[in-house]
Amino acid sequence: MATFKDFRNNVKPNWCPGCGDFSIQAAIQRAAASVGLEPENLAVISGIGCSGRISGYINAYGLHGIHGRALPIAQGVKLANRELTVIASGGDGDGFAIGMGHTVHAIRRNLDITYIVMDNQIYGLTKGQTSPRSAEGFKTKSTPEGSIETTLSPLEIALSAGATFVAQSFSSDLKQLTSLIEQAMAHKGFSLINVFSPCVTFNKVNTYDWFKENIVNLNEFPDYDPSNRIAAMTKIMETGGMLTGLIYQNKERKSYEDMIVGFKEEALAHQSLDISRESFDKLVAEFK
Amino acid sequence: MISQLSWKIGGQQGEGVESTDRIFSTALNRLGYYLYGYRHFSSRIKGGHTNNKIRISTQPIRAISDDLDILVAFDQESIDLNAHELRSGGVIVADAKFNPVVPEGVDARLFAVPITAIAEELGTSLMKNMVASGASWALLGLPLEVFNKAVGEEFGRKGQAVVEKNIEAVKRGAEFVLEQAGGPIDEFKLEEADGKQKLFIIGNEAIGLGTIAAGCRLMSAYPITPASEIMEYLIKKLPKFGGTVVQTEDEIAAVTMAIGANYAGVRTMTASAGPGLSLMMEAIGLAGMTEQPLVIVDTQRGGPSTGLPTKQEQSDLNAMVYGTHGEIPKVVLAPASIEDCFYDMIEAFNVSEQYQVPVIVMTDLQLSLGKQSCEVFDYDKIQINRGKLVSDVPALEDNALFKRYELTEDGISPRVLPGEKGGIHHVTGVEHDEVGRPSESSINRKKMMDKRLNKLNGLQIRDAIRVDAPHDNPELLIIGMGSTGGTIDEARRRLDADGITSNHVTIRQIAPFPAEELSVYLNGAKRVVVLENNATAQLASQIKMHAGYADKIHNVLKYDGNPFLPSEVYTACKELN
Ligand SMILES: Cc1ncc(C[n+]2csc(CCOP(=O)(O)OP(=O)(O)O)c2C)c(N)n1
Ligand code: SF4
Repeated sequence: MATFKDFRNNVKPNWCPGCGDFSIQAAIQRAAASVGLEPENLAVISGIGCSGRISGYINAYGLHGIHGRALPIAQGVKLANRELTVIASGGDGDGFAIGMGHTVHAIRRNLDITYIVMDNQIYGLTKGQTSPRSAEGFKTKSTPEGSIETTLSPLEIALSAGATFVAQSFSSDLKQLTSLIEQAMAHKGFSLINVFSPCVTFNKVNTYDWFKENIVNLNEFPDYDPSNRIAAMTKIMETGGMLTGLIYQNKERKSYEDMIVGFKEEALAHQSLDISRESFDKLVAEFK
Repeated sequence: MISQLSWKIGGQQGEGVESTDRIFSTALNRLGYYLYGYRHFSSRIKGGHTNNKIRISTQPIRAISDDLDILVAFDQESIDLNAHELRSGGVIVADAKFNPVVPEGVDARLFAVPITAIAEELGTSLMKNMVASGASWALLGLPLEVFNKAVGEEFGRKGQAVVEKNIEAVKRGAEFVLEQAGGPIDEFKLEEADGKQKLFIIGNEAIGLGTIAAGCRLMSAYPITPASEIMEYLIKKLPKFGGTVVQTEDEIAAVTMAIGANYAGVRTMTASAGPGLSLMMEAIGLAGMTEQPLVIVDTQRGGPSTGLPTKQEQSDLNAMVYGTHGEIPKVVLAPASIEDCFYDMIEAFNVSEQYQVPVIVMTDLQLSLGKQSCEVFDYDKIQINRGKLVSDVPALEDNALFKRYELTEDGISPRVLPGEKGGIHHVTGVEHDEVGRPSESSINRKKMMDKRLNKLNGLQIRDAIRVDAPHDNPELLIIGMGSTGGTIDEARRRLDADGITSNHVTIRQIAPFPAEELSVYLNGAKRVVVLENNATAQLASQIKMHAGYADKIHNVLKYDGNPFLPSEVYTACKELN
């Protein structure tokens, strides 16, 4: 059985010391080991950004693609080989700006993949511009007078798009984060985990301390029922989106792969490419 | 007796023009005639004039004709818009309901058949198409039994009563017109066909069939004219082979999903037209950089922007050849017949996996949507080659990584699929080393660029150019691509008759450009005509750039939305001489 060390490789991350992304990497490695995965059965598909480098820092199959497209690539991987555990990952710009269209539709489609957003409320790699997750009034290189657009609420959007698993966490809370990733991998369908991951270099407002002060852990509400979609939406709004934990899960809905008529359990990638003469003749006969 | 004839049906969109054409031509196909169809349609769904034309012949044909023998009209507009194409002595079969008149200056016989009235009498005006096709059939002097058999197959699942009603409609249409004409018209009597079984199929369906034969099991696509039929065909058929089609949110998702699925080991394709191709450009670069196989079909239509979405054009060539930033190896194949549409898909998937490059299959609207007769596809010619795909790779020591981008002599590295124990490696669009780790080393950069860009040096496809060169030193060499081949051949027959010698080369491999193969023919010809459906002579530019001979090359360009007619090609060539 693989341990979390088996998910490490010898590539040194080029993240700034203190960047929240380190813990997210560690949480993925721990969760993968604890659910009993072998490295060759995990595929991490990432976008472009500081965060997007994550697929190169985990010993597993991985593809570091183009900005905003981690999700469609990940869905292609899953359709081709549903025996793999597929994680898609990237920044808040990657998933909620350039890739927002894909995010909403991946949620609707509900393929069995886990999407981890490394949310630092800013663009890190391009050195500090505003993100859809930036607060109104937030001053960045591209918003010197403060952002005048509203802040996007991915959790509300996910719920209204029909998400079957919505969670949020904080990179400092390695225990909660690891547990949520484990649950997401076990969930049969699309899981969104938005993770607050401070950018220590460019975001001087949403710091570790700021998050610690503002976060509300769902643990504090023992009666909270994550199967209740209305309650989930209410709680997100009540907390201004600052809650962490498993916010919503629908265990009833089948995953996309399970709903495709005639789609086998066996990976498509392992099936034969040939067609029989008989099937071929049948196809051709339609045009005679 | 004649060996070929042109027939056209016109009416309002949604009025049965399509179905009349379908039943009429299916029956002709059964008899072994060669057919070539041309659909005129606008982007409106219902209403608006539409017409379908078919050319019927005892010999292989691959072009629309200039003139027309029989026009079937559901309304006066169809007569007014199309009667000028009729040859003198041609026939109009029109619905008596609208009191048809022959426009001034048109020398044609008119048969006013109570098409709607007969249909309604038999129960529903929906049977108009049967009355009209029955009348057409009778004029050709063909046996009704064959037609009735086709009707039986079309309506069989609706029950015997429906079949009989429709057969009755056919009979009534036939009887009525024969009575008016005094029997089948001699000059429309078709010689017997060779009776050989052929397929009657559009290019997009042949592409769909070729895709399945190639072992492709996933398609991700976004609907667009004139590509959608590929998706619609595959969504019906792929589930039978364990696969599926995903209609994505846009073409960026379509192409990146295909990249992901190819990476994970399933042959996957997407298909679109110009606007979708434009959206795919960044991802095509990713496939090139990460050496993933990828097959894209671009069914060209009138551009730029939304352009002429339902019209013929060949203006995406530059986008296909040059599209995406930076420099990647890429193959662009241009099938030039329905048979090509089938076999080239198999080739495209093989080349894409053997060379680990994106392959774009270029068609044009006329090739994609024009229904044509073709030889039955040969099962024994299907061969699948996955190139350097390796499996059962032994696990490496100490989490060492697999050399997915190993520098090899031919530039092509072993490829391994996720799930393989010893195959773990990185994949990134960032410049990378042999195991896929990001690298900014200038030595590595140069090696990797050279590796990728030289990979295609050994590429060999079936008929990179297709040659019909009976003359060593012809007056003319005519060069075309895509759907124009048949038109060029007909023009050449007329040129031949005038004593003007010509050779014909069809370019099927647009990129990398087959300059060497082509040069021999360029060299031998006195003048070169390059024929293309665009305004800026994109194919001619490729020829001049890669093979030279600029001083000999003349452009014949058409970009009004319509395919070339044989007479136009003939006239253009003649004027040069
Ligand atoms: C099509 C395209 N546009 C722009 C860029 C430049 N770019 C790279 S990463 C990025 C945003 C990074 O922000 P985020 O996704 O939040 O990730 P982070 O770096 O903060 O982890 C941008 C704009 C790009 N790579 N591709
Ligand atoms: S710039 Fe910010 S997000 Fe990027 S590595 Fe540094 S701390 Fe992390």
